[in-house]
Amino acid sequence: MSTALRSVLNKGQEVRGWIFNVQRFCGDDGPGIRTSVFFKGCPLRCTWCHNPESQLPKAQFSYDQERCLACNSCFEACPEQAISPEALFPKESICTLCGSCTDACPTGARQMLGQSLTVDDVLAEAMRDREFYEESGGGVTFTGGEPLSQAPFLIACLSACREMGLHTAIDTSGHGHWKDLEAAANLSDLVLYDVKGIDEERHKAMTGVSNRRILRNLYRLSATDASVWIRIPLIPGYNDDQKSLTALGCVLNDLPRRFPVWLLPYHELGRHKRNLIGSDEAPRFETPSREHVAECADVLRAYGLDVLTKGNL
Amino acid sequence: MTDRVKALRARSLDALPSISAERARLLTEFYKEEDGKHSVPVMRAMAFRYLCEKKAIYIGEDELIVGERGPAPKATPTFPELTCHSLEDLDILNTREKTSYAVPPSERRIYEREVIPYWRGRSMRDRLFKILPDDWKEAYDAGIFTEFMEQRAPGHTVADGKIYRKGLNGFRQDIAIALERLDYANDPKAVDKREQLVAMDIAADACILFAHRHAELARKMAKRATPERRHELERIAEICEWVPANPPNDFWEALQAYWFCHLAVITELNGWDAFSPGRLDQHLYPFYRWYDRDEAKELLECFWVKFNNHPAPPKVGVTAAESGTYTDFANINIGGLTHDGQDGVNEVSYLLLEVVEEMHILQPSNNVQLSRQNPDTFVKAACRVIRKGYGFPSVFNADAVVQELLRQGKSVEDARDGGTSGCVEAGTFGKEAYILTGYFNLPKVLEITLNDGVDPRTGKRIGLPTGPVISFDDLFDAWKRQVRHFVDIKMRGNGLIERMYAKYAPAPFLSLLTDDCIAKGLDYNAGGARYNTSYIQGVGIGTITDCFSALRKHVFDDKAVTLADLTAALADDFQGKDVLRARLWNKTPRYGNDDDAADDLMKQCFEAFFEAVDGRPNGRGGEYHIDMLPTTCHVYFGSVTGATPDGRRAWEPVSEGISPVQGVDQKGPTAVMMSAGKMDHLRTGGTLLNMKFTPGVLACEEGIDRLTHLIRAYFRMNAHHVQFNVVDAETLREAQKDPEAHRGLIVRVAGYSDYFCDLGQALQNEIIARTEHETV
Repeated sequence: MSTALRSVLNKGQEVRGWIFNVQRFCGDDGPGIRTSVFFKGCPLRCTWCHNPESQLPKAQFSYDQERCLACNSCFEACPEQAISPEALFPKESICTLCGSCTDACPTGARQMLGQSLTVDDVLAEAMRDREFYEESGGGVTFTGGEPLSQAPFLIACLSACREMGLHTAIDTSGHGHWKDLEAAANLSDLVLYDVKGIDEERHKAMTGVSNRRILRNLYRLSATDASVWIRIPLIPGYNDDQKSLTALGCVLNDLPRRFPVWLLPYHELGRHKRNLIGSDEAPRFETPSREHVAECADVLRAYGLDVLTKGNL
Repeated sequence: MTDRVKALRARSLDALPSISAERARLLTEFYKEEDGKHSVPVMRAMAFRYLCEKKAIYIGEDELIVGERGPAPKATPTFPELTCHSLEDLDILNTREKTSYAVPPSERRIYEREVIPYWRGRSMRDRLFKILPDDWKEAYDAGIFTEFMEQRAPGHTVADGKIYRKGLNGFRQDIAIALERLDYANDPKAVDKREQLVAMDIAADACILFAHRHAELARKMAKRATPERRHELERIAEICEWVPANPPNDFWEALQAYWFCHLAVITELNGWDAFSPGRLDQHLYPFYRWYDRDEAKELLECFWVKFNNHPAPPKVGVTAAESGTYTDFANINIGGLTHDGQDGVNEVSYLLLEVVEEMHILQPSNNVQLSRQNPDTFVKAACRVIRKGYGFPSVFNADAVVQELLRQGKSVEDARDGGTSGCVEAGTFGKEAYILTGYFNLPKVLEITLNDGVDPRTGKRIGLPTGPVISFDDLFDAWKRQVRHFVDIKMRGNGLIERMYAKYAPAPFLSLLTDDCIAKGLDYNAGGARYNTSYIQGVGIGTITDCFSALRKHVFDDKAVTLADLTAALADDFQGKDVLRARLWNKTPRYGNDDDAADDLMKQCFEAFFEAVDGRPNGRGGEYHIDMLPTTCHVYFGSVTGATPDGRRAWEPVSEGISPVQGVDQKGPTAVMMSAGKMDHLRTGGTLLNMKFTPGVLACEEGIDRLTHLIRAYFRMNAHHVQFNVVDAETLREAQKDPEAHRGLIVRVAGYSDYFCDLGQALQNEIIARTEHETV
């Protein structure tokens, strides 16, 4: 390990953050080949959330019946008897998150989601694909969950990455303190900023929070020189109608600067994940057709926005 | 694609591979008459000339490039002097489900009456098995290693550009000079050298004669042809009168010149990997510059069809299992470096990629030699073809290949003139005999080690009794000693086989094309080449690494199971031990996930194999080196290897190339490449990494960029090779259920592409199981 790397690593030893995944070879969260660091914990509860395991700000267990051999190793291993054939997901009041059950599980049907990591840990993982970033102009994207919900850790990670010369991006809902967003944006080469909808009441109904702060932060962000991509999850029945899109177009067009807009069509992958963490059923949405996505993009383009869609996501 | 090419391509695809006894019959006739009258090299050369004189000449409708090894496309000759197929062999070839060859009753009869009675006991294979030692045979039967030269001759070589500069008459002049210089008074080998040189001269003459017979036939056919075709046939006749005797004057002549040399090499003997033109783009460029692009393309496509008309000589038994395919491994290099180390990509390189894409046929294999110096435009053009999902071109790191060859002691110019052939093997073109001698089953050696030298499949003691194991290091050390033990056995066998080929199966025509056989007066098979390498190919590095990782974690660190209990569970193929098997399979740090602990074990295993093989002398004045490639041998090796400590069930395939165990790589393609990049590729003569993508990953322009970046980044780690399958598992499953509807589906197997439906079911399953790297 280089001394530069070591000094960066040592500096970051104090702060810790909850991370539920560090995924390599991500292509859609910024330019080039990227590693996405998924922060755990999110103030929003979007009904379509495709990373439901990102919502709780601490570790939790997942259980995949399809992989389970029903060997009972996990029940036997649990020192608190927090799980049993009747209670496959641990009772929160008893479980100490010791991880004995996941260690005992021979197949990986039981897994612990979320680890408390240091900046060193994150950086070491992020550095692994450096060769690929250098070839492709890629880097690291901090996403989640909501990275701003662990702002000090996020800032520490961003600084460390910057010292190592990595391209950095954050992917945020915008629902956080302005000073945190400002600091994070300052340390990022790119901000991926989610805008879900303009109507406040509907936003509340679908995500659990008002969008006022989100839109205010976006306005302030657009007054800085941060490089920003707007990302709109296209959710049928929520924001894919003419009225919603028109409102989005107006607001984005009125910002002090215009940003490229990505339309991210709803997909079903999150549903399976809900089962794994024992969450309640979520409302079902249609997966928008390619043609519909193109129509929606055209509505936004009428406002002079540069709208991009991912081929077949 | 022109109508002509469409028709030729369709005819080639429709022709069914069959056995032709023509060569066997002619050879038998000749040997019956002439045996004992000449020295061995002269005898071989005269036999070759007899074939060239007597065999049926074929010129197909619409063809521009002419010449077939058999009497018609896909009529495949046999080589009874090397392996004399029995009647049972012929019946198996005729009826087996995969890669069958039709055996017409007439050909079977010739075998029964003429070929078998003469060659039984005289063939190289019969003679070899008579003298190979028992320990060799036991290890061979156990599936510890395979033997390449058991059914086919050494070959594994590639042409350089001298055919186009000198023509065969140029070589004949060189021979005349060499004969002139022989010093019978002071050189005790002068007489032997004379015989070799005379043989080479006869072989050159024979090939020219063969070309002239095509000219004669073309002229005859021209008389009865339509005016348009008459013109073509007359031109073909002119060309065949001129090349390969003389240096070609234009693009067409250049292709035809190579093709005659190709046919001569694969008629003389059935050397492995047929023969390859090497840097076709660079060789053809001087002829292309003044040529019409469309005409050049049509000629290239006609040339492509010729390769596809030539299925591999039929193999049986273990050899069929280790490379069960029609492909004969002729491999066209595109790109790379020039002789003086510059970017070697030219217009013909792009034209070749276009041809590859349009033709979309099994043979010839093709690959891109990618140097840092080659432009991104070139890689991207190649990636666009890769994305089609034909399984080619595969991609090689031209800069790494140069370094590998330099490490093996080659001059820098020769190294730059080199490249890869066959599956992934590095060699210097036109100057080296780099012989693959056999695959080596690394996981099986662990099985023998865990059983103290006994093969549990047969109960026979074939290995060293390595004694009791207390620590992980003991076990690793025991395996290492066992590897060395079997490599020693393999090399003793190799020495013997090498001598037999040197003495009894010289290849005078191939020697003509290989520097410095003429200068040394020594045959290709006897060390006449400037460089003489022997490779042993390690198989199952992913499986062996994961086995040691599992043993270290579960037996020695966690103590979750004792070594005795584990060994017993392996013997029972985990019967009633599902939980243990699941734990071993799922909870072992695995190679392919950029996990340093597992990858360090990979390096140790690699090192042990490397030390056992690399740098030891072979019998042709050269050295042994290692390759890490499997062809389809990982399926055969799996089929003789019981359950393994990584949770692999008995008889399932072992891991393939340097790819991770099928399906255990969980961190995506960059992690696989990082793991594979930790291997010291530069100390091998080739490694093979197979990756499979579903089409979604490579969609749009970003997909092309992504693939380009993956390749470039992997090659920054001095990696040797990577190849991509682009298909989804669903498509493959459908193809398995309904092969008829998916006949054309080509997948990358290992160093070559094959029709998915022609693969055995085990291999099909394995290809499906290889992780699909989806980005979500």
